[in-house]
Amino acid sequence: MVNLLELRNISKVYSRGLFNAQSKTALHDISLTLNENDPTILAIAGESGSGKTTLAMLLLGFVQPTTGQIVYRGRDISRLKGTERTIFRREVQAVFQDPFAVFNPFYTVDHLLTVPIQRFKLAKSKAEARGKMDEALTAVGLRPEDVLGRFPHQLSGGQRQRINVARALLLKPRLLIADEPVSMVDASLRANILETLRNLQRDHGVSIIYITHDLTTAYHIAKSIIVLYRGSVMEAGDVDTVIKNPQHPYTGLLVDSIPWPDLDRRWGERPIKARETDASLEGCAFRSRCPEAMEICKTQPPLFRIGLRHASACYLHAEQPRVAPECLSELLSA
Amino acid sequence: MLSMLTDHQASPPTTIRLKSGDAAPVLQVRNLEVTYYTDAGRAKALDDVSFTLRSGEKLGIVGESGSGKSTMALAMMRMIKPPGRIEGGQVIAGGVDLMSLDSESMRKARLSTIAYIPQGAMNSLNPVMRVGAQLVDAIKSHAQTDSKSVIEGRCMSALKSVDLDPSVFRMYAHELSGGMKQRVCIAIGILLSPQVIIADEPTSALDVVTQRQVMETIDSIQRQINAAVILIGHDMGLMAQFVDKVAVMYAGRIVEISSAREMFNDPKHPYSRALISSLPNLDNKGVFQSIPGLAPSLLRLPSGCAFHPRCARAIEICSTRRPNPEAISSGRIATCHLFARQL
Amino acid sequence: MSVALIASVAPELRQPGGLELVLRYLRRNKSLGIGVAILLILIAFTAIGFLAVDPKHAYPLSAPTKRPPSWTYPLGTDFFGRDLFAAMAVGMWQTAAIGVIAGGLGTFIGVVLGFVSAYFGGWFEFNIRGICQILTPIPVLLIQVVVAGSLDKRDVTIFTMALIVVMLAWMGPTLVIRAQVLTMKERQFVSVAKLSGVGDLEMIFKEILPNLLPFIAAAFVAQVFAAVFASFYLAVLGLGPLREPLLGNIIWSAQSQGAFFNGWWWWPIEPAVAMILILGSLALINMGLDELANPRMRRSE
Repeated sequence: MVNLLELRNISKVYSRGLFNAQSKTALHDISLTLNENDPTILAIAGESGSGKTTLAMLLLGFVQPTTGQIVYRGRDISRLKGTERTIFRREVQAVFQDPFAVFNPFYTVDHLLTVPIQRFKLAKSKAEARGKMDEALTAVGLRPEDVLGRFPHQLSGGQRQRINVARALLLKPRLLIADEPVSMVDASLRANILETLRNLQRDHGVSIIYITHDLTTAYHIAKSIIVLYRGSVMEAGDVDTVIKNPQHPYTGLLVDSIPWPDLDRRWGERPIKARETDASLEGCAFRSRCPEAMEICKTQPPLFRIGLRHASACYLHAEQPRVAPECLSELLSA
Repeated sequence: MLSMLTDHQASPPTTIRLKSGDAAPVLQVRNLEVTYYTDAGRAKALDDVSFTLRSGEKLGIVGESGSGKSTMALAMMRMIKPPGRIEGGQVIAGGVDLMSLDSESMRKARLSTIAYIPQGAMNSLNPVMRVGAQLVDAIKSHAQTDSKSVIEGRCMSALKSVDLDPSVFRMYAHELSGGMKQRVCIAIGILLSPQVIIADEPTSALDVVTQRQVMETIDSIQRQINAAVILIGHDMGLMAQFVDKVAVMYAGRIVEISSAREMFNDPKHPYSRALISSLPNLDNKGVFQSIPGLAPSLLRLPSGCAFHPRCARAIEICSTRRPNPEAISSGRIATCHLFARQL
Repeated sequence: MSVALIASVAPELRQPGGLELVLRYLRRNKSLGIGVAILLILIAFTAIGFLAVDPKHAYPLSAPTKRPPSWTYPLGTDFFGRDLFAAMAVGMWQTAAIGVIAGGLGTFIGVVLGFVSAYFGGWFEFNIRGICQILTPIPVLLIQVVVAGSLDKRDVTIFTMALIVVMLAWMGPTLVIRAQVLTMKERQFVSVAKLSGVGDLEMIFKEILPNLLPFIAAAFVAQVFAAVFASFYLAVLGLGPLREPLLGNIIWSAQSQGAFFNGWWWWPIEPAVAMILILGSLALINMGLDELANPRMRRSE
């Protein structure tokens, strides 16, 4: 019984300058596991600079981790070659944020769908390929005759993003990395795209890692959530629990700043302290902005288990049992 | 007064602030029309758009892409470039119809009477000029040149009003975070204490916490100089937290104007209703409601009401005759046959 | 602003046909339009020339000497008995040949080296970029003059002239193409293509190259310009293949015979005007292509 995906103590550090003088830790000691038999939707939430995009790039094999291993179905992805690498490519796909940037402007939008069908040999004939494309496009609410044969700039942003999702549907990967798939899409279309993603998981067994800064959509689509800040895990657990009852000061600040479309639910009860621009401090990444910061926060806080499916990396919960980073996933799937 | 500058606590409820808005209207837009002449045909980007704004009021203009909301802002500033043309209407600000001004007077009116913070402004800051120099430039190009110290004084107080440290004056744009850059853009907008501030998606690239900070800054600014604010965006949640009135746009027309409370609790126009019910909130996890169909192309609008093909409550007249904006109660306007007075 | 509107074109609307769009664009992009127009005129002139006159008359002792323009000899004749109409036609044809050979070769080298350098990085990148940067500041004119001057007169042909020009001209396109590929490489459609299983070669030829066609075209035109200009000044200095009626040669021989002082004004003026037109049209086309390649510079209607 092999896990679908394992991140083992992944860290990514970008260094610059002579002798690597300047370095920036994009991710610090992240571990997580996705079970093959239990396709789920895991949300990775964080603002810009949290490391969520770096995580996406690592998962897709576009960058290598500085330390740690990424293991896909038992194999370290940095060592994959040949057929195994093609299989990995086929089974791990992505939906990106910008609906326009994913299209090669020289070709019609069909190109986005025909290329993977061809490369991964998903169809034996042109007719079969066209059939699969039609099926995927209809499933996302598009009429194939309306979009096929057109150039990307001739379609609206919503249509383009739906085609992106159709591509994921067509490929039926085992693991889908969705990096802010709805943030550049109109509100009325978001529901459609989120629903399609959820159906992918529920009906086709695709595990989805949903990366976002928008806790509201994460709440609606995910089962578990990991909140990142500056490369470290702040809080993690069942999505209902974490969002309705955040325990970590950072999550609390995030949830508090959500602009609810509800005049009786005001944002901003907690004050915001401005982020310092550079500060690669020791200890808790949130320390400089935390209203509850204590002396002990100068050392990196471990994860504490504060509920059945809830953990927080904050010394406010120091009496609770510790959770090793490697065991984070057990907690999430408990 | 000082506490308002440094305090980021929750803003007081809207009802109290409306009192100050009882003054005469500070902006009146009447029958604004903008058409784009493209290779593929004529697109009516703004069609008979009218609304009124009072001093101290905050209006939110909501719409999806292609609805015309950014065109509206550009039209009010007379910044529509070919192939677009303003074909009619008036924009009365500071007692003067901006459409009737010559280009020199319009240039002066920009920033001093009506200021515009465009979408993506923070990425348009000049990367090779210090922030302070850009502020000074803005003053010099839109107002009479006072002495250097007066100009700098204005810049410094603008920076202070957006809660930026005076040292930012000598910094370059790349040294600032996204939120700080956006606040610089707001500072530029308020340099000449305009009566109307138009902010076009001021927080779209910012994370949720910085977004709140920036909106609170705009709020505080608005109170300090008693300007009216037009917030253009597509995030209804942001509207709920910030504005007093909401105008919903669809296919170049305003389909409904209501107070924020009325819009969120009891929207009238079917499109507004669909928008409100498609919003995710904490109480309906997993329920996804979207609006069927696609927004129409402005080059080929449906006959009658532009929304009728997607409208759950369309009646026969909707496909043949265009509805007109009508008042349905005090301050509320809807452009829909369902609410039209009987002829 | 207009992008958002044009983006939602309804399917039933008639799209203007291809040729119509091209003509409309040429009207908007005046540089390109005028440049192409002049080029077409020159091509027509050359074609008519070849049809109307025997190309052999472009060489000495084919016609009465020193005749001013007249019906029989529309552009007159020169000291050596060359029918200048024939000479101009043949000369322009040869100039074009040099331009296209040298330009094409230079661009081809640039594309290959630029791609290899940008896409594969590492050792290739370091060396190619290094060589380009070292060779670029070398004064091209001087080297060309030295090389051309040291060749045995019999070895100087159209072809060797083209080679001399290319020798020091390939660095420009290489660096430009390299820069463009570096940017393209980071674009998201390349990442998505990778996810779709596209390999390196296919990525270069099918994903990236098509998008660089405007740049490559612009680089080509710039190279042709440089080649034509170089061949012109080398010929004017008397370093060209003297028997051939290259436009620069005609001017050189006119000058060496003191054409102006002797009142044979038509002799140097005609090739000069022709050269101005050629270079002018190439420059305009280059500017126009720059605008095409760089969407930000595109003016709206």
